[in-house]
Amino acid sequence: MAPPRRALLVLAALLFLSLSLAAAAAFRSDELLLNDDDEFEGVGARPSAPSPAAAPAVSSSRRRSADAPLPGAGESNAVQFTLEHDLGGGKGFVPAGTFSARLKTLAHVTQTLTKLRFTRNDLTEDDKVAFKKLLQEDGFYTIRLPSNVLDTTKKHNVVSSIKARCIPRDSLDEHIVIHMDGVNILAVNYGSVGGCQYPRPMKLPSKWTFSSYTILKTAEQAPRTPSFADLLIEADNGLGEVMKPPEKSFWAKYWMYIIPLGLIVMNAVTAAANIPEEAAGQGQPGAQRAPAAGRRR
Amino acid sequence: MAAPPRRSLLVLFAGLLVFASLATRATAIYEDQVGLADWHQKYIGKVKQAVYHSQKSGRRRVVVLTEENVISSLDLRSGDIFWRHVIDKNDPLDQLSLSHGKYVLTLSSGGTILRAWNLPDGQMIWETNLRTSAASNPQLHVMSNNKVAKDNLVLVSAGRWIYAVSSIDGAISWEKEFSIDGLEIKRILQSPENDVVYALGLAGSSKLALYHLSAKTGEILKDIQESLPGGLCGETVLGCDNVLVALDKARSSLLLIELKGERISYNKVLVSDLVQDLSGSFKLQSLSNGVISLQTSSSISLLKLKGTDGLEVIQRFDQPAAVSDSLTITEKGEAFAVVQHLGSEIEFIVKFTSDLSSEIIREKVNIDQNRGNVEKVFLNSYIRTDKSHGFRALVVMEDHSLLLIQQGEVVWSREDGLASIVDVTTSELPVEKDGVSVADVEHNLFEWLKGHMLKLKGTLMLANADEVAAIQALRLKSSEKNKMTRDHNGFRKLLVVLTKAGKVMALHTGDGRVIWSNLLPSLRASRFGGTPSALRIYQWQVPHNIVMRENPSVLVVGKSGAESSTPGVFSILDSYSGEELNSMKLDHSVVQIIPLTLKDSSEQRVHLIVDSNSNAHLYPKSPDALNVFLHEMSNLYFYSVDIQANVIKGYSLQKSCGLNLGDEYCFSTKELWSIIFPSDSERIAISETRKMNEVVHTQAKIIGDHDVMYKYLSKNLVFVATLSPKAAGDIGSALPEEASLVAYLIDAVTGRILHRVTHHGAQGPVHAVLSENWVVYHYFNLRAHRFEMAVIEIYDQSRADNKDVMKLVLGKHNLSAPITSYARPEVAVKSQSFFFTHSVKAMAVTQTAKGITSKQLLIGTIGDQVLALDKRYLDPRRSVNPTQQEKEEGIIPLTDSLPIIPQSFVTHSHQVEALRGIVSIPSKLESTTLVFTYGVDLFYTQLAPSRTYDSLTDEFSYALLLITIAVLVGAIIVTWIWSEKKELRDKWR
Repeated sequence: MAPPRRALLVLAALLFLSLSLAAAAAFRSDELLLNDDDEFEGVGARPSAPSPAAAPAVSSSRRRSADAPLPGAGESNAVQFTLEHDLGGGKGFVPAGTFSARLKTLAHVTQTLTKLRFTRNDLTEDDKVAFKKLLQEDGFYTIRLPSNVLDTTKKHNVVSSIKARCIPRDSLDEHIVIHMDGVNILAVNYGSVGGCQYPRPMKLPSKWTFSSYTILKTAEQAPRTPSFADLLIEADNGLGEVMKPPEKSFWAKYWMYIIPLGLIVMNAVTAAANIPEEAAGQGQPGAQRAPAAGRRR
Repeated sequence: MAAPPRRSLLVLFAGLLVFASLATRATAIYEDQVGLADWHQKYIGKVKQAVYHSQKSGRRRVVVLTEENVISSLDLRSGDIFWRHVIDKNDPLDQLSLSHGKYVLTLSSGGTILRAWNLPDGQMIWETNLRTSAASNPQLHVMSNNKVAKDNLVLVSAGRWIYAVSSIDGAISWEKEFSIDGLEIKRILQSPENDVVYALGLAGSSKLALYHLSAKTGEILKDIQESLPGGLCGETVLGCDNVLVALDKARSSLLLIELKGERISYNKVLVSDLVQDLSGSFKLQSLSNGVISLQTSSSISLLKLKGTDGLEVIQRFDQPAAVSDSLTITEKGEAFAVVQHLGSEIEFIVKFTSDLSSEIIREKVNIDQNRGNVEKVFLNSYIRTDKSHGFRALVVMEDHSLLLIQQGEVVWSREDGLASIVDVTTSELPVEKDGVSVADVEHNLFEWLKGHMLKLKGTLMLANADEVAAIQALRLKSSEKNKMTRDHNGFRKLLVVLTKAGKVMALHTGDGRVIWSNLLPSLRASRFGGTPSALRIYQWQVPHNIVMRENPSVLVVGKSGAESSTPGVFSILDSYSGEELNSMKLDHSVVQIIPLTLKDSSEQRVHLIVDSNSNAHLYPKSPDALNVFLHEMSNLYFYSVDIQANVIKGYSLQKSCGLNLGDEYCFSTKELWSIIFPSDSERIAISETRKMNEVVHTQAKIIGDHDVMYKYLSKNLVFVATLSPKAAGDIGSALPEEASLVAYLIDAVTGRILHRVTHHGAQGPVHAVLSENWVVYHYFNLRAHRFEMAVIEIYDQSRADNKDVMKLVLGKHNLSAPITSYARPEVAVKSQSFFFTHSVKAMAVTQTAKGITSKQLLIGTIGDQVLALDKRYLDPRRSVNPTQQEKEEGIIPLTDSLPIIPQSFVTHSHQVEALRGIVSIPSKLESTTLVFTYGVDLFYTQLAPSRTYDSLTDEFSYALLLITIAVLVGAIIVTWIWSEKKELRDKWR
């Protein structure tokens, strides 16, 4: 019976392998992604298109390159959204970079983002000037992201700011934490990579490129409240067994009281023994005392 | 000679042991300590309806219904409460009536619940649920002298339903639903023969319907409907037996509708013919016998019906004035009362409806100016000693107080505005002047000695019952705690409370008496404007060193209307006298008030007020304050929680606001960060921050194994809890799968989410308290079917390497480095949740002067009591089997539910009805905190979370100490003499 079953198993394994391979050809495997779920894909500022053109061009080029290895099927899975920044000076928000990620459906209901990549656009000369001005003024560098990854048409944006002077080190170091709830971006926390000392010194970066670190964060689950109802019932049942072993002897428990008490009693006895002697010496022998005194003699 | 001293030492030691074992760990107070440091005051709120007991019943009582949803029976002689029921807010009481002379009937929840209460003791006799669509204005009519049965029927109408309910047992005897859509029964009348009930209804705005119903069965005997051109606005009143007076929709004319016979005929009278001033709202009131009163915003007119032909103005009173309902005086007909203001006095006029030209009583009553205008009058009659009719009236004033006036005097008054406190702050009392000495208080040496003898007897348990009572009275009377000066321990303070009526009152913490009160003119309803509402009260000026001579002052902020865009109102009051020092009407709205920690040179606190256009305005408007503020402006941030939009936003301030560049006290804001919660899965339920005045004693927590954990102590920490939309409703409305609660800890400067945790199957309501580095929140767990309390403690990891003592010695630590919110914090979070038995109405935490004393959570339970729960029970580090080290540290072994120890109820036997808020105020004594709890009732007490370790208690008997010392000295002298004598004897031997 054994060999045929083994053969069957092998066949099944082969079938599974081929199926999964076929799947891998069509989609990118989900299993690989599990490893770097919620993890950042640290990408240095990668100069994208050589021409620092307007945002649409950049985003489309990214899309094409991202979609290239997965013809057809991957279309619905890839998501892109732009990061916009405000360099002050009343210009408002302009596109500054693109996030691309893959949408993963869990249990057919909840969707999460994985494999997040971030590409910064190069800073133009104007931008550099604006940034320098921001550094001089100790102003705020503000970024924003759409609050919904899929539906970017709704004009809700999550905003985050930092004092511009916190960012420059050698290059411009940024650390972006994106708090997600499914496909909604709850909040984005923008900060420098290291600390930000106070008071903030004015410092220009040596390289005008962003090195970005991005983290996706989702909510933690609260642990269940511990319930000891079962434990208590068990303890109740086994109460007799549990309680009996540590029974100590009377002496072991109360020696510390008994010894002082004994001392006091002994003291009292000796004192009491002394009194009749004195009384006898005074020459007032009582009717009861006399025999006692006699016994003592 | 060596033995005896040792023996005495041993005895002393044994005695000490016994004494130590007797000193229990109980933090509760003893029975005879009740009322020493605490007080409890009962209120009922603003009276909206009152019915008097009938003349026959011997007791003089009145049953009242108030806006705080309280039904209460008051003693007419003293104003004391006989009994009182506080009904839940979501079951609003609409109507009140008496039946049979022994039942009080209340109709609540839009005419769906009818209850009968026993008149003498307030016990509920029966309750009947009526199936009606909840109507806005349900009616209650008790049929009188019904000959059909011995039982009096009670008719309830709500919407298009009429119910007849037996007043004996609450059984529904018949019910009737009328078929017209949108019909609302306005009046129920009784035919003189008592067998026909008339129901008068209004459908839509123009259709009038009159039904004749059989009183026995509810059968429709006759049905008359009539459409009225022009429509009615709903204000209708019965002029006399068969004439209805109604105001038309355009509010320009009165319709006199005759209900006689088969048809409804009507006649029109223009209001402008009757009164000149037509602005504002109209109110009609029937005074029977064809007399009605028409109240406009400027006057009250008494009108007399001339059949159906027209109306005649009899008399006019200028507002503010009030008219009572008519009161049947057996033989003479019906009387009513008018109260109007005459300068600082009010005039109380009683007239008969049969003879409007003459007055039975016209009395002038002197009234405290701080009570505002008369709002309502309830007339009552009594038989004088000379067998004639006397009249008295309950008067409801603008500040919600209730007065009884009789024979031209205010017999008693109740400060019922205190039932609706909006906000509380405290103020120190003046420092004791040199002239006042303690000797004045202890005026009689003999009395003083007697008192101490009594106390001594009490301590030695020799006192009998009378003496115990005397001791109690002495203690209560001891004027020490009621003095109007500052005390060494900081127990005596003024609680400055702001009530809904816009009245500010100062209560003494010693006994809760009102020191001063001031009905703020800026918060009083003006005749033409909207209704102002009081918002918050803050400390404005707390003099310390520079302006020591000045009195402290408080700031009251209000709004001049209901909408959020209406301009704000500002008022500054002297804390010692209640005098209004300054008042101004702001030219912008008030959305958020931010008291800053900054002070100007005259020690006025700097406040920022954010308006609806997100501009921030600086107060006080002095160049000095501006300088102080501009210096700190770059480091100032604020945030706003918009529950409607489900968004939290953070802002910084920028110079000059967009509107008017000339205003240098106005600043525009820049949005720095935002958190947008997805509306389909999360709704903001609560946001909490640390109290501004909270003091933290230590930054670090030393745990059992001598390791150090640094608390993350940021004043900018905000706790936000969101609920899934379904979980925000009542418990039971959502399935555990649909409900969830997400707790956030957010840094308010950068908008950084420091911690975020989801509780699945959790449901609101959520209550939370944030203090030091921890937050405790309370919610319902749908899976476990129990309430839960969860705790999150947040620790700073970036300073965790400061443990090295050598580093500390060499100064290589970063403890003194400035902390900026822009640095990415490394935090570690510990959390745990526990089951809790009670549902919670309010939550607070004890505050002490230096923050050394351990904290207790003050939990307002559903039973309107305050429970003090040690924070140690809510320690996330509790484990099932703590190690020896942890036990030494004081960690309690983990249990699944939090213990509720009956002795730890701060309110002991009292209930603070309809509890809304708990305030903890630090006293100067570190161990003690003052707790003020408010709802419909007020309760104040002193609390020592770690017991009074830094002072002797009030009970400490100094006399006993003195006597002991005296006895000891005496004993020493006696033994010395003895030993001298003995020595002498020995030497002579």
